[in-house]
Amino acid sequence: MANAMPGSQKSVVLLGGGSTLARAMAMRFAEKGFALVLADLDTAELEVIAQDLRVRYGQSCRALHFDALDYGSHGDFAAECAKALGETPGGVVVCFGVTPVQEDAQKDFSVAHHCLDVNYTGAMSVLEHFATLFETRGSGFIAAVSSVAGDRGRQSNYIYGAAKAALSVYLCGLQNRLFKRGVYVTTIKPGFMDTKMTWGMDLPARLLTDPEQAAGIAVQAILKGRGEAYVPGYWRLIMLIIRHIPGMVFKRLSL
Amino acid sequence: MNESFKNMALAGWGRYKPVPCHVYRPERRDALLALLDGGAPDSVLARGLGRSYGDAAVNRDGSVVDMTRLNRMRSFDPETGELECEPGVSLSEIISVFLPRGWFPGVVPGTRFVTLGGAIAHDVHGKNHHRDGSFSSFVDSIDLWTPALGVVTCSPTENADIFWATVGGAGLTGVMLSVRLRLRRVESAYVTADYQRCANIDAALEAFDATDEDYAYSVAWVDCLATAESLGRSVLMRGNPVAPGRLPRGPAQKPLHTPNRFNATVPFDFPGFVLNPLSIRAFNETFYAMNRPVKDKFVDYDKYFFPLDRILHWNRMYGKRGFVQYQATFPPEGRAGLRAMLERCSVARRASFLAVLKKFGDGGKGMLSHPMRGYTLTLDLADSPGLTAFLGELDRILLDHGGRLYLAKDAVASPETIAAMYPRLEEFRGVLRRVDPDGRIGSDLARRTGIAPAAGETHHG
Repeated sequence: MANAMPGSQKSVVLLGGGSTLARAMAMRFAEKGFALVLADLDTAELEVIAQDLRVRYGQSCRALHFDALDYGSHGDFAAECAKALGETPGGVVVCFGVTPVQEDAQKDFSVAHHCLDVNYTGAMSVLEHFATLFETRGSGFIAAVSSVAGDRGRQSNYIYGAAKAALSVYLCGLQNRLFKRGVYVTTIKPGFMDTKMTWGMDLPARLLTDPEQAAGIAVQAILKGRGEAYVPGYWRLIMLIIRHIPGMVFKRLSL
Repeated sequence: MNESFKNMALAGWGRYKPVPCHVYRPERRDALLALLDGGAPDSVLARGLGRSYGDAAVNRDGSVVDMTRLNRMRSFDPETGELECEPGVSLSEIISVFLPRGWFPGVVPGTRFVTLGGAIAHDVHGKNHHRDGSFSSFVDSIDLWTPALGVVTCSPTENADIFWATVGGAGLTGVMLSVRLRLRRVESAYVTADYQRCANIDAALEAFDATDEDYAYSVAWVDCLATAESLGRSVLMRGNPVAPGRLPRGPAQKPLHTPNRFNATVPFDFPGFVLNPLSIRAFNETFYAMNRPVKDKFVDYDKYFFPLDRILHWNRMYGKRGFVQYQATFPPEGRAGLRAMLERCSVARRASFLAVLKKFGDGGKGMLSHPMRGYTLTLDLADSPGLTAFLGELDRILLDHGGRLYLAKDAVASPETIAAMYPRLEEFRGVLRRVDPDGRIGSDLARRTGIAPAAGETHHG
């Protein structure tokens, strides 16, 4: 039996819904008629974003509290989402994450630990709950914003990169487990986006992607059931090259 | 956490003389307030989409807060059309969201790509000014952060002096946090336009005077190179709203949608020689010849209100050195001045690629709002040697005839010139002394024209 397409049930949960990319993705989903749950730590700011989506698109949009580090709460959270939407959500997208300064993470283990806890453990913990719900139902989509930094460790961000690499590998395995149960899993790998994270950083303007554009690419990939999406697509080529630099050469580079 | 900033060279839309600024771009309201209350080390100024032409939205060596990420809509009342949103929302977003539902901003300038904050800070006007007044006619209230008074809500009835100083106040009274404005109902996204050629400026002004009241929207294109009896020959483009039932079959099916179009883009700075008196003359001849008189032509909103938005980065046509947009408004009795200004332009061969003429209705209550009853002429002038002296000559003509410049466009006028043009300037300064006694808000425009009280002047009034 062919799987139902990922967007067949029009509701989605965006975890880390207060981020710039999440807001832009929420707009794309709302445009396509999805009911939304946005979840984040800071619900005051989230409510502002949810209200904006309701005014613009006339879609139902709920703001829920979510703490990626409170692993024990994740099961109840998944149930709360279903209650808010009146149905088991059609899909879930992990948009939360932290980006520590590499040097801070090298010097202070707690920073590195926190990075791994949020970016990997928190994502894995919450997605397992949704995975089980979707698996039982036999449909749905799961996506997470990983990073090109997870494709190969580089001195400038390898602790963050390692957490994202773990996330990417996790999603790959999840995809392998769930595909035959009618659930689609998409790994989103953005390069540099023009957000608060990169504002003020010395980056070539041409490599900065507008969050609206990135969201368009990501949502399209999710709804087409793609396994992986580089955002924008040219990062696939950049990372292909970076991954294939021989180790002998790579270790001498300052990337 | 401290907001990070970016060092950027910013200019107005005319790209005339960029200046270095520290640019912040908060994405949350609390981050903005922390930045403002935390006392940025230097003077601060809010900036929207940077469509004012001169130096109104730049702050040399100071802080500039890019407001475009604070663009959340907060509520909409489908009974009254009142929309509340953050000031970083653009008119383009408002139109995309609300035109399909049958609502449109009460006033739109010549581009969709302005923020609400910018539209208020310059109290922008549109093709319906003669009937409906300027943007502030549709603004109910503003939540404004001020350095001295914190966050104040102002409206025509509450803190009215702050409201009328903020409207048209070029961002100098504070930073807007939230705005409530009224949209108006529209039945279709089309106007029926009448195009009428006028052989010279006198004929154009007579046509405005005789029949402008028959039209909801009115504007004219002017040929600045025409001389003698053709001086100021124009094409009047005036229109009225259309009921969906009158539309031809295609548009009638989707009366509230404008057709999707391919947008051209100017990919790089044109070399300086592209726009010269000869090429502009050729353009003007073509434009005049192509716009044959026609009545009752259906034109969609995008094409009628925002023709230049279809050419992205059109400001690059003027090359690296940029250009100055000069908008001069003459009172009704100043028609001779308007003629003198056109003569001066055609003699000096400082042709404007696009020159626009409109008749204004009564001015509003904004202390520094530009529109006043009379005629307004807008010229684009490329930066070339002698420009400043030439603009000085135009200023002279304008002053002699009781006219005024538009602060959203101006880039060179002197403090004396501006003071002579805005009789309520002292009243405006009085409000600034209350809301910003220490001069925390600053802009190049404020410093160049002296419209903000100078430091030290503060406590003496």
